[in-house]
Amino acid sequence: MSAAKAADTAREGLLASYEYLDSTVDTITELREKGFEEITAFAPFPEHHIEHALGYHHSPVRLFTLVGGLTGAAAGFAFTVFTSMDWPLVTGGKPIVAIPAYVIPAFEMTILFGALATVIGVLYNMRIPDLKGDVVYDPEFSAGKFGIYVTAPPEQMATVRSILETNEPTQIQTDPKGRSHG
Amino acid sequence: MATATEKPRGAQTHPDIRSYGEVNEDILQMLSRPGKWWWVLLGMSIAGIGLLAFSWGNQIINGIGVSGLNTPVGWGAYITTFVFWVGIAHSGTLISAVLFLFRARWRQSIYRAAEAMTVFAVMTAGLYPLIHLGRVWHAYWLFPYPNQRLLWPNFASPLVWDVFAVTTYFTVSSLFFLLGLIPDIAAARDQTKPGTLRHRLYKSISFGWRGTDRQWHHFGKAYLYLAALATPLVLSVHSVVSWDFAMSIVPGWTTTIFAPYFVAGAIFSGIAMVITILVPIRKVFGLEKYLTTKHFDAMAKLCLVTGLVVFYAYLTEFFMAWYSGKPSERAVFWNRAFGHYWWATWIMLTCNGIIPIMLWFKRVRYSIPALFVITLFINIGMWFERYVIIVTSLSHEYIPFAWNVYRPSLTEMGIVIGTFGWFFFWMLLFIRLLPPVALAEIKEVLPPPFRPKKKEVAR
Repeated sequence: MSAAKAADTAREGLLASYEYLDSTVDTITELREKGFEEITAFAPFPEHHIEHALGYHHSPVRLFTLVGGLTGAAAGFAFTVFTSMDWPLVTGGKPIVAIPAYVIPAFEMTILFGALATVIGVLYNMRIPDLKGDVVYDPEFSAGKFGIYVTAPPEQMATVRSILETNEPTQIQTDPKGRSHG
Repeated sequence: MATATEKPRGAQTHPDIRSYGEVNEDILQMLSRPGKWWWVLLGMSIAGIGLLAFSWGNQIINGIGVSGLNTPVGWGAYITTFVFWVGIAHSGTLISAVLFLFRARWRQSIYRAAEAMTVFAVMTAGLYPLIHLGRVWHAYWLFPYPNQRLLWPNFASPLVWDVFAVTTYFTVSSLFFLLGLIPDIAAARDQTKPGTLRHRLYKSISFGWRGTDRQWHHFGKAYLYLAALATPLVLSVHSVVSWDFAMSIVPGWTTTIFAPYFVAGAIFSGIAMVITILVPIRKVFGLEKYLTTKHFDAMAKLCLVTGLVVFYAYLTEFFMAWYSGKPSERAVFWNRAFGHYWWATWIMLTCNGIIPIMLWFKRVRYSIPALFVITLFINIGMWFERYVIIVTSLSHEYIPFAWNVYRPSLTEMGIVIGTFGWFFFWMLLFIRLLPPVALAEIKEVLPPPFRPKKKEVAR
């Protein structure tokens, strides 16, 4: 997917910190224009300009929510119907399977399964829990700084560095190992 | 750095916060040294838990007979307080989920504390069905599980719905709370010294969050979906609680307005409790920049609206009792206002109907001490509302022969007071261990920092 590909060869990484949102967004746009797609952006809060610059669209989490919710609804009706058929107890000649009443447990199970599936889906898609110490990060990113981590083959690092430097980064750190983007 | 120049000061949610770093500093300092008052309050809460343990122990050893519950009033202070705490829980989800969907920007400052309140209030409410059972060791009978007698619960019963509703509510609100906390715990992790116990705790419960684009992208979407799931849930849970009553044929209970009436009451009492809790937190931790008078004004307005719905429901109930022409209904409502429990009814009407009238005035809504006092009255009034609904109806059913008066016993009072200790114990631990104001979401509504002189680039 990246123009600066050759994923099999060794890669190096650069981590730049920015104080301003527009510098960050501009840098990401420039990097992508030059064909560098292996970018991780760090932000202290969800920032849609950054997501936009990186070209995000839908999140697969919504599928987890949908499937979870539908499973819950089906399980809720199946369970209530099964248990009343398991020991049929006729009261006043009324139907054994009382669908209107079962809507409520089924509804609650829809929500429960939907929420559980959403949480599983989001943790899976965010690739956490991930407690390995060996990750690219700077504690400043949770306080107020924005960050951009780029990996590229060694011969292109000079270009990457010059793009990163155009928008006044507060700091650039080198990562000779070029670790994977989480 | 762009501050007040981006937007007029009045349009900003938090005009006095200057930078992202400042948010971290201000909020995370709350986690460092607890003041003397924190320890005093913690001591009182633990004493409350002691009282709860003692009273409940007394009931477990000697049986449910030590409570004042007897025919015809089988539901008394326990169920009253159960409904009270479930109601308190509701505003947390309202603020975190419903106001999120409505993009109400004033929710950012208060929602974390309100959400914590929800989780702890459901934990408190959840004790009451167990206490009320009497033989608590049979509590697992509530859940549908395959057993030797091949019996299943009756899914047409509102009490079984309640088990589903409350357990789902507890699970979903906890998940919502914990997921939202992950980025903020990561911020707390980054501010603590590596190697300390706190750092290790935050490191493990922040799951290795780094705030990458990918994480924020999925996080934001998941948050939206959870909010969309929690919104109908919050409406359903108190409706189900109200159907515990409304599905019966007890006069005073069997009415179709119960679901909206209870939901409005729940939000009313919950918002009142949020204000009651936030006023001292704001004062003690100096959070005036975060919890501005505008936030309190917005909460007070919500309180006023739901309070009006509740008061309207009270009047409707009285009107319908008269208009229905049913002697049993008329007798129950006459008994409510002028019978044995007249004092409870008039406390309810005064605290929930009359006193909130003051919230119409802007000066009152902007006065923190006034709001604190008014919401204390609302908290009391809402407890009495449930007491009135439950006890007066049961004590005055159809046959005059079966009428009787219920008084809570000392054991019941001990348990009711003790659970307040239990609730505040968790609340106090929360404000010392986890960031009580949502860091990331406050930063989201602050004006973003642009390069000096050159604006308009990121748009």
